Amino acid sequence: MVSKDKNRRLLLQGNEAIVHGALAAGCRFYAGYPITPASEISELLSVKLPQVGGTFIQMEDEIASMGAVIGASLAGEKSMTATSGPGFSLIQENLGYACITEVPCVVVNVMRGGPSTGLPTNVSQGDVLMSRWGTHGDHPIIVLAVSSVNDCFSLTVRAFNLSEKYRVPVIILSDEVVAHTRECMTIPDQDKVRVVDRIQPNVPPEWYKPYADNNRGVPDMASFGEGYRHHVTGLIHDERGFPTQQPKEIDRFLHRLHDKITKGFPEIVLSKTIDMEDAEVCVIAYGSVSRSAMMAVKKAREHGIKAGLVQMITLFPFPRKVIDAALRQCKAAIIPELNMGQMSREINRVNQSGTAIIKMNRIDGQLITPDEILKKILSVS
Amino acid sequence: MVVEAEVIRQEYLRHDKKFPHVWCPGCGNGIVLGSLLRAIHALELPKDDVVVASGIGCSSRLPTYIDFNTLHTTHGRALTFATGVKLAKPRLKVITVMGDGDATAIGGNHFIHAARRNINITAIIINNNTYGMTGGQYSPTTPYGDKSTTSLYGHVEHAFSIAELAVTAGASFVARGTVYHASHLDRMLEQAIAKRGFSVVEIVSNCHVQHGRRNKLGGAVKMINSFKESAVPIAKAKKMSPEDMQDKFTIGVLCDVDKPISTEEYNRIKQEACKIDDYEETHKRKETKVKRHEE
Repeated sequence: MVSKDKNRRLLLQGNEAIVHGALAAGCRFYAGYPITPASEISELLSVKLPQVGGTFIQMEDEIASMGAVIGASLAGEKSMTATSGPGFSLIQENLGYACITEVPCVVVNVMRGGPSTGLPTNVSQGDVLMSRWGTHGDHPIIVLAVSSVNDCFSLTVRAFNLSEKYRVPVIILSDEVVAHTRECMTIPDQDKVRVVDRIQPNVPPEWYKPYADNNRGVPDMASFGEGYRHHVTGLIHDERGFPTQQPKEIDRFLHRLHDKITKGFPEIVLSKTIDMEDAEVCVIAYGSVSRSAMMAVKKAREHGIKAGLVQMITLFPFPRKVIDAALRQCKAAIIPELNMGQMSREINRVNQSGTAIIKMNRIDGQLITPDEILKKILSVS
Repeated sequence: MVVEAEVIRQEYLRHDKKFPHVWCPGCGNGIVLGSLLRAIHALELPKDDVVVASGIGCSSRLPTYIDFNTLHTTHGRALTFATGVKLAKPRLKVITVMGDGDATAIGGNHFIHAARRNINITAIIINNNTYGMTGGQYSPTTPYGDKSTTSLYGHVEHAFSIAELAVTAGASFVARGTVYHASHLDRMLEQAIAKRGFSVVEIVSNCHVQHGRRNKLGGAVKMINSFKESAVPIAKAKKMSPEDMQDKFTIGVLCDVDKPISTEEYNRIKQEACKIDDYEETHKRKETKVKRHEE
């Protein structure tokens, strides 16, 4: 049980660490559907959740999983699902529902090779833009990329906290390599884990307006069955939660939905830089590839090249500030990715300093090695 | 009766909601709404403990107007959301309202699995044989040969029988009623909501605007009255020949069985799982392995 686990040092794979992170963050409901390479998350949670009074259910498909996750969150439980490419396609429908109804929930997508059934047991980063734009309509969303077992724990906790605080679904992008790599990690004492819960209304029920704006732009959230009877709908709604077609109300609602994330940028947008102080060439990477990049940068330094690494942790909202600074500083930026260049397009979009953006893509189901990145660094410096 | 109707109107309708509702004059959905409120009133369920979830379509606008915890979800998915709500807070009374297309086309998979799972949820399915909101396309319950905006030459497929489907899929309680037999419907809904386990009530209703008009079935009054002829109580139907039952359907309770409810079964698992602390055990082994490795 979580409370008893004190500073345990464990050998875990990424998927297992996500489970530990979720439990530490207070996740008490999980609905999922079997899929490689995410199944371990379901399996472990099916054992652990009932032990802490939580609920696990295997639904008939991922559409249903996502529906159940939202339902449970509306009833007051912190909820999560985990899936991979094909399942991630299916959850998109209800993911949009969670965005518009502002229901906190966490979705783990362990990326595998696509499109379609693709390469179920191989690594890929092909779902990057889908995680941002997968569900229809303009919508706010937070996407975090994990690169290590430690990340899997800490970023899962972070994902739940952000989701609860901003009432927005948070996607954790993992990949087959991170998911199945075993590393040692220390699970912190539960008291040391910072846990954020959604803010519940403290007004009398008859005063409660479920979608009323406030200075945070995030309405207080009442759970079903607590006396605050209210309406939840996927239609655009007014501050009482009822459908509206008034242009003014629509405009105000959709702007608040996006603005609440903008207001939280300093807290939401995370990244890590290594050796960037005097870097002339930088590698911008995320997920498992950032591990190869870290090694490549280290080796480049040994060759006397001023190389640095920007590891993107929050992929969306796009970490413009840190990327912009890196591009202004360096003459070249290498973007290694396990896709056709989804993130390098995004980076190019903010490139105002004429820095050479060098794509580096692998789509054969294998991880990019440190040597490949090093070779690229050597070739541009 | 008049006094009671006024009490129900005052107590359960959302007066701050922008009435009028979206339904066409003469629509059966209003009769279902009244019947549902009478059933909940008769069962004396506290409003705070009732969750009404729906999908998409005319029928699914129903929860908007009533003063409970209401959840208007995505097309066909009402039961998945309801499952999450029920599992997270088993003390809540969870009722879903769906249409025929909603529950048996796009949500057909969720419907049969909810029945199989036997979670303590009530599914109300208003069957008007068409997709009314989107303009009258054929649904899984549109009769063979009927015209719709997507079968102007006559429908070439055969219809689902929703209540029978629910029985086969494993629901604990299945009943069928019509919007003509309103007081019978009150009783069916009352029994279904009170039932422990997955309960289904199929309600045969009219869409005179879409289905009725294209198939020359008459206006609202004629269509609703026709259910008086075509609906046969189950006991009576047993004595009738298949020929006599042609173009007719049964009403009443098709199935009422008691079997373990998965929510309650899961509670038992929770209580047992809490006692197991295999965690330390499993990981002690791994820990020693790690230590050895470090040495």
